[in-house]
Amino acid sequence: MILEKDVVVIGAGPAGLAASIEAAKAGAGVLLVDLNLKAGGQLFKQIHKFFGSRAHYSGTRGYDIGRKLVREAESLKVDVWLQSTAVGVFPGNKVGIERILDGGVKKLYTVHGKAVIIATGASENAVCFKGWTRPGVMGAGAAQTMVNVNHVRPGKKIVMLGSGNVGLIVSYQLMQAGCDVLALVEAAPKIGGYAVHAAKISRAGVPIITSHTIVEALGDEKGTVRGAVIAKVDSHFQPISGTERTIECDTIAIAAGLRPVVDLTRLMNCASVFEPVFGGFIPLHNTDMETSVKGIYVAGDSTGVEEASVAMEEGRIAGTAAAQSLGYLSAAEAGKTKKLLWERVNSLRSGPFGERRLTAEKNLLEHFREEIREPQPEIMIGGLAHGAD
Amino acid sequence: MSSKGIPDDMLVCRCEEITADEIRQAIREGARDVTGVKRRVRAGMGLCQGRICEKFVQQILCQELHMGLVQTGRSTARPPVRPVPFGELARGCGNDL
Ligand SMILES: Cc1cc2nc3c(=O)[nH]c(=O)nc-3n(C[C@H](O)[C@H](O)[C@H](O)COP(=O)(O)OP(=O)(O)OC[C@H]3O[C@@H](n4cnc5c(N)ncnc54)[C@H](O)[C@@H]3O)c2cc1C
Repeated sequence: MILEKDVVVIGAGPAGLAASIEAAKAGAGVLLVDLNLKAGGQLFKQIHKFFGSRAHYSGTRGYDIGRKLVREAESLKVDVWLQSTAVGVFPGNKVGIERILDGGVKKLYTVHGKAVIIATGASENAVCFKGWTRPGVMGAGAAQTMVNVNHVRPGKKIVMLGSGNVGLIVSYQLMQAGCDVLALVEAAPKIGGYAVHAAKISRAGVPIITSHTIVEALGDEKGTVRGAVIAKVDSHFQPISGTERTIECDTIAIAAGLRPVVDLTRLMNCASVFEPVFGGFIPLHNTDMETSVKGIYVAGDSTGVEEASVAMEEGRIAGTAAAQSLGYLSAAEAGKTKKLLWERVNSLRSGPFGERRLTAEKNLLEHFREEIREPQPEIMIGGLAHGAD
Repeated sequence: MSSKGIPDDMLVCRCEEITADEIRQAIREGARDVTGVKRRVRAGMGLCQGRICEKFVQQILCQELHMGLVQTGRSTARPPVRPVPFGELARGCGNDL
Protein backbone atom coordinates (compact mmCIF):
# COMPACT_ATOMS: atom_id res chain seq x y z
CA MET A 1 0.00 0.00 0.00
CA ILE A 2 1.32 3.40 -0.94
CA LEU A 3 0.32 6.47 1.06
CA GLU A 4 -1.34 9.19 -0.98
CA LYS A 5 -1.00 12.96 -0.60
CA ASP A 6 -1.84 15.88 -2.85
CA VAL A 7 1.52 17.51 -2.26
CA VAL A 8 4.69 16.09 -0.72
CA VAL A 9 7.20 18.77 0.29
CA ILE A 10 10.80 17.69 0.99
CA GLY A 11 12.72 19.99 3.35
CA ALA A 12 11.14 22.18 6.06
CA GLY A 13 13.33 25.26 5.70
CA PRO A 14 11.75 28.61 4.82
CA ALA A 15 11.17 27.44 1.22
CA GLY A 16 9.45 24.16 2.13
CA LEU A 17 7.41 25.73 4.93
CA ALA A 18 6.18 28.56 2.69
CA ALA A 19 5.34 26.08 -0.08
CA SER A 20 3.38 23.90 2.35
CA ILE A 21 1.51 26.91 3.72
CA GLU A 22 0.42 28.14 0.28
CA ALA A 23 -0.67 24.71 -0.94
CA ALA A 24 -2.55 23.96 2.30
CA LYS A 25 -4.21 27.39 2.26
CA ALA A 26 -5.61 26.57 -1.17
CA GLY A 27 -7.05 23.34 0.23
CA ALA A 28 -4.46 20.73 -0.75
CA GLY A 29 -3.46 17.92 1.61
CA VAL A 30 0.23 18.42 2.35
CA LEU A 31 2.92 16.19 3.82
CA LEU A 32 6.10 18.06 4.80
CA VAL A 33 9.17 15.97 5.65
CA ASP A 34 12.50 17.03 7.16
CA LEU A 35 15.42 15.02 8.41
CA ASN A 36 15.99 17.27 11.43
CA LEU A 37 14.36 17.16 14.87
CA LYS A 38 12.77 20.55 14.28
CA ALA A 39 11.23 22.31 11.30
CA GLY A 40 12.79 25.60 10.17
CA GLY A 41 15.92 24.60 8.25
CA GLN A 42 18.71 27.14 8.45
CA LEU A 43 16.45 29.61 10.24
CA PHE A 44 16.86 27.86 13.57
CA LYS A 45 20.56 28.58 13.56
CA GLN A 46 20.13 32.26 12.78
CA ILE A 47 20.06 34.12 16.09
CA HIS A 48 20.93 37.43 14.44
CA LYS A 49 18.46 39.99 13.09
CA PHE A 50 17.82 39.50 9.40
CA PHE A 51 18.80 41.91 6.68
CA GLY A 52 16.49 42.63 3.76
CA SER A 53 13.13 44.37 3.48
CA ARG A 54 10.37 44.87 6.06
CA ALA A 55 8.03 42.64 4.01
CA HIS A 56 10.59 39.92 4.54
CA TYR A 57 10.97 40.27 8.28
CA SER A 58 14.16 42.32 8.26
CA GLY A 59 15.15 43.10 11.83
CA THR A 60 13.56 39.84 12.97
CA ARG A 61 15.72 37.01 14.21
CA GLY A 62 15.86 33.95 11.99
CA TYR A 63 14.47 31.55 14.58
CA ASP A 64 11.46 33.81 15.19
CA ILE A 65 10.66 33.72 11.47
CA GLY A 66 11.01 29.94 11.61
CA ARG A 67 8.65 29.65 14.57
CA LYS A 68 6.05 31.83 12.90
CA LEU A 69 6.12 29.71 9.74
CA VAL A 70 5.93 26.46 11.70
CA ARG A 71 2.90 27.71 13.65
CA GLU A 72 1.17 28.78 10.46
CA ALA A 73 1.81 25.41 8.80
CA GLU A 74 0.47 23.61 11.85
CA SER A 75 -2.68 25.72 11.99
CA LEU A 76 -3.33 24.81 8.35
CA LYS A 77 -3.10 21.10 9.24
CA VAL A 78 0.04 20.43 7.26
CA ASP A 79 1.20 16.93 8.14
CA VAL A 80 4.79 17.36 9.37
CA TRP A 81 7.10 14.36 9.61
CA LEU A 82 10.35 15.20 11.38
CA GLN A 83 13.43 12.97 11.53
CA SER A 84 12.25 11.81 8.14
CA THR A 85 14.68 11.72 5.25
CA ALA A 86 13.64 11.52 1.63
CA VAL A 87 16.06 8.90 0.32
CA GLY A 88 14.72 8.87 -3.21
CA VAL A 89 12.12 10.22 -5.59
CA PHE A 90 11.02 7.73 -8.21
CA PRO A 91 9.09 7.87 -11.50
CA GLY A 92 5.42 8.53 -10.95
CA ASN A 93 6.21 10.97 -8.11
CA LYS A 94 6.81 8.31 -5.49
CA VAL A 95 8.91 9.52 -2.59
CA GLY A 96 10.90 7.04 -0.49
CA ILE A 97 11.12 8.26 3.11
CA GLU A 98 13.14 6.88 5.98
CA ARG A 99 11.33 7.92 9.15
CA ILE A 100 12.55 7.57 12.73
CA LEU A 101 9.58 6.65 14.91
CA ASP A 102 9.19 6.95 18.68
CA GLY A 103 11.66 4.66 20.37
CA GLY A 104 14.18 5.22 17.63
CA VAL A 105 12.87 2.56 15.26
CA LYS A 106 13.49 3.46 11.63
CA LYS A 107 10.94 2.63 8.98
CA LEU A 108 10.79 3.13 5.26
CA TYR A 109 7.68 4.62 3.69
CA THR A 110 6.62 5.26 0.13
CA VAL A 111 4.38 8.26 -0.35
CA HIS A 112 2.86 9.19 -3.68
CA GLY A 113 2.48 12.92 -4.13
CA LYS A 114 0.37 14.22 -6.98
CA ALA A 115 2.87 17.05 -6.84
CA VAL A 116 6.32 16.92 -5.20
CA ILE A 117 8.16 20.06 -4.09
CA ILE A 118 11.89 19.67 -3.45
CA ALA A 119 13.30 22.30 -1.07
CA THR A 120 16.41 20.59 0.27
CA GLY A 121 18.54 23.71 0.76
CA ALA A 122 22.30 23.93 0.33
CA SER A 123 25.42 22.27 1.71
CA GLU A 124 28.79 23.76 2.57
CA ASN A 125 31.78 23.71 0.26
CA ALA A 126 34.92 22.03 1.55
CA VAL A 127 38.41 23.42 0.94
CA CYS A 128 41.30 21.06 0.30
CA PHE A 129 44.50 22.09 2.14
CA LYS A 130 47.06 19.93 3.84
CA GLY A 131 45.43 18.42 6.92
CA TRP A 132 41.85 19.34 5.89
CA THR A 133 40.57 15.98 7.13
CA ARG A 134 41.87 16.45 10.69
CA PRO A 135 39.33 16.51 13.53
CA GLY A 136 38.82 20.18 14.32
CA VAL A 137 38.43 21.30 10.71
CA MET A 138 34.76 21.90 10.01
CA GLY A 139 32.28 23.93 8.04
CA ALA A 140 31.26 27.29 9.50
CA GLY A 141 27.65 26.14 9.27
CA ALA A 142 28.49 23.07 11.33
CA ALA A 143 30.15 25.26 13.95
CA GLN A 144 27.05 27.46 13.97
CA THR A 145 24.78 24.46 14.48
CA MET A 146 26.95 23.35 17.39
CA VAL A 147 26.79 26.65 19.28
CA ASN A 148 23.30 27.89 18.39
CA VAL A 149 21.32 24.66 18.22
CA ASN A 150 23.21 22.17 20.37
CA HIS A 151 24.85 24.70 22.73
CA VAL A 152 28.24 23.05 22.43
CA ARG A 153 31.42 24.98 21.66
CA PRO A 154 33.32 23.42 18.75
CA GLY A 155 36.60 24.50 20.37
CA LYS A 156 38.24 27.28 22.35
CA LYS A 157 40.49 28.94 19.80
CA ILE A 158 39.08 29.34 16.32
CA VAL A 159 40.46 30.44 12.97
CA MET A 160 37.79 31.22 10.37
CA LEU A 161 38.43 30.97 6.63
CA GLY A 162 36.21 33.19 4.48
CA SER A 163 34.82 36.68 5.15
CA GLY A 164 31.46 36.49 3.41
CA ASN A 165 28.37 37.03 5.55
CA VAL A 166 28.44 33.45 6.79
CA GLY A 167 32.09 33.75 7.93
CA LEU A 168 31.44 37.11 9.60
CA ILE A 169 28.19 36.18 11.32
CA VAL A 170 29.36 32.78 12.52
CA SER A 171 32.62 34.29 13.87
CA TYR A 172 30.61 36.75 15.92
CA GLN A 173 28.24 34.06 17.19
CA LEU A 174 31.19 31.86 18.17
CA MET A 175 32.50 34.80 20.20
CA GLN A 176 29.09 35.27 21.82
CA ALA A 177 29.25 31.60 22.78
CA GLY A 178 32.55 32.20 24.53
CA CYS A 179 35.05 31.03 21.92
CA ASP A 180 38.17 33.01 21.04
CA VAL A 181 38.19 33.84 17.34
CA LEU A 182 41.85 34.48 16.65
CA ALA A 183 41.64 35.56 13.04
CA LEU A 184 39.41 35.63 10.03
CA VAL A 185 41.40 34.74 6.92
CA GLU A 186 40.22 35.87 3.48
CA ALA A 187 41.86 35.06 0.12
CA ALA A 188 40.34 38.04 -1.70
CA PRO A 189 41.90 41.48 -1.24
CA LYS A 190 38.77 42.77 0.48
CA ILE A 191 36.07 41.61 2.87
CA GLY A 192 33.23 39.73 1.16
CA GLY A 193 30.26 40.34 3.48
CA TYR A 194 28.33 43.37 4.67
CA ALA A 195 30.18 46.18 6.44
CA VAL A 196 27.86 46.03 9.48
CA HIS A 197 28.82 42.44 10.18
CA ALA A 198 32.53 43.09 9.56
CA ALA A 199 32.46 46.08 11.91
CA LYS A 200 31.21 43.94 14.79
CA ILE A 201 34.16 41.61 14.34
CA SER A 202 36.71 44.38 14.01
CA ARG A 203 35.37 46.24 17.04
CA ALA A 204 35.91 43.09 19.07
CA GLY A 205 39.55 43.18 18.01
CA VAL A 206 39.56 40.18 15.69
CA PRO A 207 41.95 40.73 12.80
CA ILE A 208 40.48 40.16 9.33
CA ILE A 209 43.50 39.11 7.31
CA THR A 210 42.79 39.65 3.60
CA SER A 211 44.84 38.29 0.66
CA HIS A 212 45.72 35.25 2.77
CA THR A 213 44.68 31.62 2.81
CA ILE A 214 45.13 28.57 5.02
CA VAL A 215 47.78 26.26 3.58
CA GLU A 216 47.89 23.65 6.31
CA ALA A 217 46.11 22.42 9.41
CA LEU A 218 48.79 21.26 11.86
CA GLY A 219 47.99 18.32 14.09
CA ASP A 220 48.97 17.33 17.62
CA GLU A 221 50.07 13.83 18.64
CA LYS A 222 46.48 12.57 18.36
CA GLY A 223 46.07 14.17 14.95
CA THR A 224 43.61 16.85 16.00
CA VAL A 225 44.10 20.48 14.99
CA ARG A 226 46.72 22.44 16.95
CA GLY A 227 47.33 25.24 14.48
CA ALA A 228 46.63 26.84 11.14
CA VAL A 229 49.45 27.76 8.79
CA ILE A 230 48.39 30.78 6.77
CA ALA A 231 50.17 32.41 3.83
CA LYS A 232 49.79 35.49 1.69
CA VAL A 233 48.36 34.87 -1.79
CA ASP A 234 49.25 36.53 -5.10
CA SER A 235 46.73 38.02 -7.53
CA HIS A 236 45.90 34.50 -8.80
CA PHE A 237 45.18 33.34 -5.24
CA GLN A 238 48.38 31.25 -5.18
CA PRO A 239 50.13 31.07 -1.79
CA ILE A 240 53.45 32.92 -1.87
CA SER A 241 56.14 30.73 -0.34
CA GLY A 242 58.12 32.31 2.44
CA THR A 243 55.09 34.22 3.77
CA GLU A 244 53.79 31.35 5.96
CA ARG A 245 53.05 31.87 9.61
CA THR A 246 51.31 29.73 12.19
CA ILE A 247 48.32 30.64 14.33
CA GLU A 248 47.84 28.27 17.25
CA CYS A 249 44.23 27.13 17.41
CA ASP A 250 42.13 24.03 18.02
CA THR A 251 39.43 24.62 15.41
CA ILE A 252 39.43 25.76 11.80
CA ALA A 253 36.02 26.77 10.47
CA ILE A 254 35.52 27.08 6.74
CA ALA A 255 33.05 29.51 5.21
CA ALA A 256 33.80 28.95 1.54
CA GLY A 257 30.32 29.18 0.17
CA LEU A 258 27.38 26.88 -0.19
CA ARG A 259 26.01 24.92 -3.06
CA PRO A 260 22.56 23.59 -3.85
CA VAL A 261 21.64 20.08 -2.64
CA VAL A 262 20.38 18.55 -5.86
CA ASP A 263 20.65 14.80 -5.29
CA LEU A 264 16.89 14.22 -5.57
CA THR A 265 16.41 16.25 -8.75
CA ARG A 266 19.41 14.46 -10.25
CA LEU A 267 17.80 11.16 -9.41
CA MET A 268 14.71 12.25 -11.32
CA ASN A 269 16.89 13.34 -14.26
CA CYS A 270 15.57 16.88 -14.07
CA ALA A 271 17.38 18.99 -16.68
CA SER A 272 20.06 21.05 -14.93
CA VAL A 273 22.63 23.73 -15.70
CA PHE A 274 25.83 24.98 -14.11
CA GLU A 275 25.33 28.53 -12.86
CA PRO A 276 28.15 29.89 -10.67
CA VAL A 277 26.01 32.87 -9.62
CA PHE A 278 23.68 30.39 -7.88
CA GLY A 279 26.42 28.21 -6.41
CA GLY A 280 26.82 25.40 -8.97
CA PHE A 281 24.62 22.85 -10.71
CA ILE A 282 20.92 23.63 -10.35
CA PRO A 283 17.73 22.18 -11.78
CA LEU A 284 16.11 24.26 -14.52
CA HIS A 285 12.62 25.45 -13.72
CA ASN A 286 9.86 27.57 -15.21
CA THR A 287 7.90 30.45 -13.69
CA ASP A 288 5.84 27.86 -11.77
CA MET A 289 9.12 26.61 -10.19
CA GLU A 290 8.33 23.34 -11.98
CA THR A 291 11.29 21.33 -13.29
CA SER A 292 11.61 19.59 -16.65
CA VAL A 293 9.79 16.65 -15.03
CA LYS A 294 6.09 17.45 -14.79
CA GLY A 295 4.78 17.52 -11.24
CA ILE A 296 8.24 18.01 -9.66
CA TYR A 297 8.80 21.51 -8.31
CA VAL A 298 11.83 23.15 -6.67
CA ALA A 299 12.30 26.15 -4.36
CA GLY A 300 14.85 27.86 -2.16
CA ASP A 301 18.59 27.35 -1.90
CA SER A 302 18.35 23.98 -3.68
CA THR A 303 17.59 25.90 -6.86
CA GLY A 304 20.22 28.59 -6.28
CA VAL A 305 21.91 29.74 -3.08
CA GLU A 306 20.41 33.08 -2.06
CA GLU A 307 18.53 34.21 1.04
CA ALA A 308 15.67 33.10 3.23
CA SER A 309 13.52 35.91 1.84
CA VAL A 310 13.89 34.65 -1.74
CA ALA A 311 13.49 31.06 -0.55
CA MET A 312 10.11 31.89 1.03
CA GLU A 313 8.81 33.62 -2.11
CA GLU A 314 9.95 30.77 -4.33
CA GLY A 315 8.29 28.32 -1.97
CA ARG A 316 5.05 30.28 -2.15
CA ILE A 317 5.20 30.24 -5.96
CA ALA A 318 5.78 26.48 -6.02
CA GLY A 319 2.99 25.86 -3.49
CA THR A 320 0.56 28.02 -5.44
CA ALA A 321 1.44 26.38 -8.76
CA ALA A 322 1.16 22.88 -7.29
CA ALA A 323 -2.27 23.68 -5.82
CA GLN A 324 -3.32 25.10 -9.17
CA SER A 325 -2.16 21.99 -11.04
CA LEU A 326 -4.40 19.91 -8.77
CA GLY A 327 -7.40 22.12 -9.38
CA TYR A 328 -7.47 23.84 -5.98
CA LEU A 329 -6.97 27.25 -7.58
CA SER A 330 -8.22 28.60 -10.89
CA ALA A 331 -5.69 29.77 -13.45
CA ALA A 332 -6.86 33.33 -12.88
CA GLU A 333 -6.50 33.18 -9.08
CA ALA A 334 -3.15 31.44 -9.18
CA GLY A 335 -1.90 33.69 -11.96
CA LYS A 336 -2.57 36.79 -9.91
CA THR A 337 -0.80 35.40 -6.86
CA LYS A 338 2.22 34.19 -8.83
CA LYS A 339 2.58 37.53 -10.58
CA LEU A 340 2.69 39.29 -7.23
CA LEU A 341 5.18 36.79 -5.82
CA TRP A 342 7.50 37.11 -8.81
CA GLU A 343 7.43 40.88 -8.43
CA ARG A 344 8.56 40.40 -4.85
CA VAL A 345 11.34 38.01 -5.85
CA ASN A 346 12.53 40.49 -8.46
CA SER A 347 12.52 43.34 -5.98
CA LEU A 348 14.70 41.25 -3.66
CA ARG A 349 17.21 40.77 -6.45
CA SER A 350 18.56 44.31 -6.51
CA GLY A 351 21.97 45.82 -5.81
CA PRO A 352 25.12 44.55 -7.51
CA PHE A 353 24.76 40.92 -6.30
CA GLY A 354 21.02 40.91 -6.81
CA GLU A 355 21.24 42.18 -10.35
CA ARG A 356 23.57 39.36 -11.34
CA ARG A 357 21.04 36.92 -9.92
CA LEU A 358 18.17 38.67 -11.69
CA THR A 359 19.99 38.29 -15.03
CA ALA A 360 20.96 34.68 -14.29
CA GLU A 361 17.37 33.82 -13.36
CA LYS A 362 16.09 35.41 -16.54
CA ASN A 363 18.53 33.32 -18.61
CA LEU A 364 17.47 30.15 -16.81
CA LEU A 365 13.80 30.80 -17.49
CA GLU A 366 14.64 31.54 -21.15
CA HIS A 367 16.65 28.35 -21.36
CA PHE A 368 13.76 26.35 -19.92
CA ARG A 369 11.34 27.83 -22.41
CA GLU A 370 13.60 27.10 -25.34
CA GLU A 371 14.74 23.63 -24.39
CA ILE A 372 12.01 22.12 -22.24
CA ARG A 373 8.56 23.53 -22.82
CA GLU A 374 6.51 26.66 -23.19
CA PRO A 375 5.43 28.44 -20.03
CA GLN A 376 1.95 28.37 -18.59
CA PRO A 377 0.17 30.97 -20.64
CA GLU A 378 -1.14 33.14 -17.82
CA ILE A 379 1.89 34.99 -16.51
CA MET A 380 4.96 36.75 -16.98
CA ILE A 381 6.22 39.82 -15.47
CA GLY A 382 8.62 42.72 -15.66
CA GLY A 383 12.25 41.82 -16.04
CA LEU A 384 11.48 38.13 -16.22
CA ALA A 385 8.91 38.29 -19.02
CA HIS A 386 9.12 35.22 -21.19
CA GLY A 387 10.12 36.06 -24.70
CA ALA A 388 10.53 39.76 -23.99
CA ASP A 389 13.80 41.48 -23.16
CA MET B 1 43.94 26.31 -5.55
CA SER B 2 47.64 26.21 -6.23
CA SER B 3 48.72 26.13 -9.87
CA LYS B 4 50.65 22.99 -9.07
CA GLY B 5 47.26 21.67 -8.12
CA ILE B 6 46.22 19.54 -5.18
CA PRO B 7 49.40 17.83 -3.87
CA ASP B 8 49.68 14.13 -4.77
CA ASP B 9 49.60 12.88 -1.18
CA MET B 10 46.46 14.84 -0.28
CA LEU B 11 43.41 12.82 0.71
CA VAL B 12 40.70 13.88 -1.71
CA CYS B 13 37.88 11.39 -1.12
CA ARG B 14 37.80 10.86 2.62
CA CYS B 15 35.03 8.21 2.64
CA GLU B 16 37.01 5.84 0.43
CA GLU B 17 40.44 7.27 1.37
CA ILE B 18 41.57 8.13 -2.13
CA THR B 19 44.52 10.50 -2.69
CA ALA B 20 45.05 13.03 -5.46
CA ASP B 21 47.78 10.76 -6.82
CA GLU B 22 45.35 7.86 -7.20
CA ILE B 23 42.92 10.11 -9.04
CA ARG B 24 45.70 11.29 -11.37
CA GLN B 25 46.62 7.63 -11.95
CA ALA B 26 42.99 6.91 -12.93
CA ILE B 27 43.16 9.80 -15.40
CA ARG B 28 46.40 8.40 -16.86
CA GLU B 29 44.57 5.11 -17.27
CA GLY B 30 41.90 6.78 -19.34
CA ALA B 31 39.33 8.34 -16.98
CA ARG B 32 37.89 11.40 -18.71
CA ASP B 33 35.14 12.45 -16.33
CA VAL B 34 33.92 12.12 -12.75
CA THR B 35 32.22 8.80 -13.49
CA GLY B 36 35.39 7.41 -15.10
CA VAL B 37 37.39 8.28 -11.98
CA LYS B 38 34.72 6.78 -9.72
CA ARG B 39 34.68 3.48 -11.66
CA ARG B 40 38.45 3.13 -11.48
CA VAL B 41 39.27 4.21 -7.92
CA ARG B 42 35.94 4.51 -6.05
CA ALA B 43 36.28 8.26 -5.35
CA GLY B 44 32.73 9.40 -4.64
CA MET B 45 31.40 5.90 -4.04
CA GLY B 46 31.38 6.08 -0.24
CA LEU B 47 28.89 7.19 2.39
CA CYS B 48 28.62 10.79 1.21
CA GLN B 49 28.27 9.78 -2.45
CA GLY B 50 30.72 12.43 -3.60
CA ARG B 51 28.93 15.34 -1.95
CA ILE B 52 32.25 16.57 -0.57
CA CYS B 53 34.91 15.36 -2.99
CA GLU B 54 33.18 15.70 -6.35
CA LYS B 55 34.31 19.30 -6.58
CA PHE B 56 37.95 18.32 -5.96
CA VAL B 57 37.79 15.47 -8.50
CA GLN B 58 36.39 17.93 -11.03
CA GLN B 59 39.22 20.36 -10.21
CA ILE B 60 41.87 17.70 -10.80
CA LEU B 61 40.24 16.60 -14.07
CA CYS B 62 40.13 20.23 -15.27
CA GLN B 63 43.81 20.72 -14.46
CA GLU B 64 45.10 17.44 -15.85
CA LEU B 65 43.04 17.42 -19.04
CA HIS B 66 42.66 21.19 -19.57
CA MET B 67 38.94 20.81 -19.78
CA GLY B 68 36.01 22.92 -18.60
CA LEU B 69 34.25 22.11 -15.37
CA VAL B 70 30.95 21.25 -17.06
CA GLN B 71 32.72 18.67 -19.30
CA THR B 72 33.93 16.78 -16.23
CA GLY B 73 30.33 15.78 -15.72
CA ARG B 74 28.78 14.48 -12.54
CA SER B 75 28.47 10.97 -11.27
CA THR B 76 25.13 9.25 -11.70
CA ALA B 77 22.82 9.77 -8.75
CA ARG B 78 21.43 6.56 -7.34
CA PRO B 79 18.98 5.83 -4.55
CA PRO B 80 19.15 5.89 -1.62
CA VAL B 81 20.63 9.41 -1.65
CA ARG B 82 21.40 9.07 2.07
CA PRO B 83 22.73 5.86 3.66
CA VAL B 84 20.04 3.36 4.69
CA PRO B 85 20.97 0.17 6.62
CA PHE B 86 20.18 -3.12 4.90
CA GLY B 87 18.21 -4.33 7.92
CA GLU B 88 15.76 -1.54 7.42
CA LEU B 89 15.22 -2.43 3.79
CA ALA B 90 14.69 -6.04 4.81
CA ARG B 91 12.17 -5.04 7.49
CA GLY B 92 9.98 -3.78 4.69
CA CYS B 93 7.72 -0.86 4.18
CA GLY B 94 6.25 1.07 7.11
CA ASN B 95 3.18 1.84 5.01
CA ASP B 96 1.83 -1.63 5.62
CA LEU B 97 1.84 -1.33 9.40
C1 LIG C 1 25.18 32.20 8.77
C2 LIG C 1 24.01 32.46 7.88
C3 LIG C 1 23.34 33.67 7.99
C4 LIG C 1 22.24 33.94 7.17
N1 LIG C 1 21.59 35.15 7.31
C5 LIG C 1 20.52 35.45 6.53
C6 LIG C 1 19.83 36.71 6.67
O1 LIG C 1 20.18 37.53 7.52
N2 LIG C 1 18.78 36.96 5.83
C7 LIG C 1 18.35 36.04 4.89
O2 LIG C 1 17.37 36.30 4.17
N3 LIG C 1 19.00 34.84 4.75
C8 LIG C 1 20.07 34.52 5.53
N4 LIG C 1 20.73 33.31 5.39
C9 LIG C 1 20.33 32.39 4.31
C10 LIG C 1 19.15 31.52 4.65
O3 LIG C 1 19.36 30.87 5.88
C11 LIG C 1 18.94 30.48 3.54
O4 LIG C 1 18.96 31.10 2.28
C12 LIG C 1 17.61 29.80 3.70
O5 LIG C 1 17.56 29.10 4.93
C13 LIG C 1 17.33 28.80 2.56
O6 LIG C 1 16.10 28.17 2.78
P1 LIG C 1 15.75 26.75 2.20
O7 LIG C 1 14.39 26.43 2.71
O8 LIG C 1 15.97 26.74 0.74
O9 LIG C 1 16.85 25.75 2.80
P2 LIG C 1 17.23 25.34 4.30
O10 LIG C 1 16.89 26.39 5.26
O11 LIG C 1 18.62 24.87 4.21
O12 LIG C 1 16.28 24.10 4.57
C14 LIG C 1 16.41 22.88 3.88
C15 LIG C 1 15.88 21.76 4.76
O13 LIG C 1 15.78 20.57 3.99
C16 LIG C 1 16.16 19.47 4.79
N5 LIG C 1 16.55 18.37 3.90
C17 LIG C 1 17.57 18.36 2.99
N6 LIG C 1 17.60 17.18 2.34
C18 LIG C 1 16.58 16.44 2.84
C19 LIG C 1 16.10 15.12 2.56
N7 LIG C 1 16.66 14.34 1.61
N8 LIG C 1 15.05 14.67 3.28
C20 LIG C 1 14.46 15.43 4.24
N9 LIG C 1 14.87 16.70 4.52
C21 LIG C 1 15.92 17.18 3.83
C22 LIG C 1 17.28 20.02 5.65
O14 LIG C 1 17.44 19.27 6.81
C23 LIG C 1 16.78 21.44 5.95
O15 LIG C 1 16.03 21.48 7.13
C24 LIG C 1 21.83 32.99 6.20
C25 LIG C 1 22.50 31.77 6.09
C26 LIG C 1 23.57 31.48 6.92
C27 LIG C 1 24.28 30.15 6.78
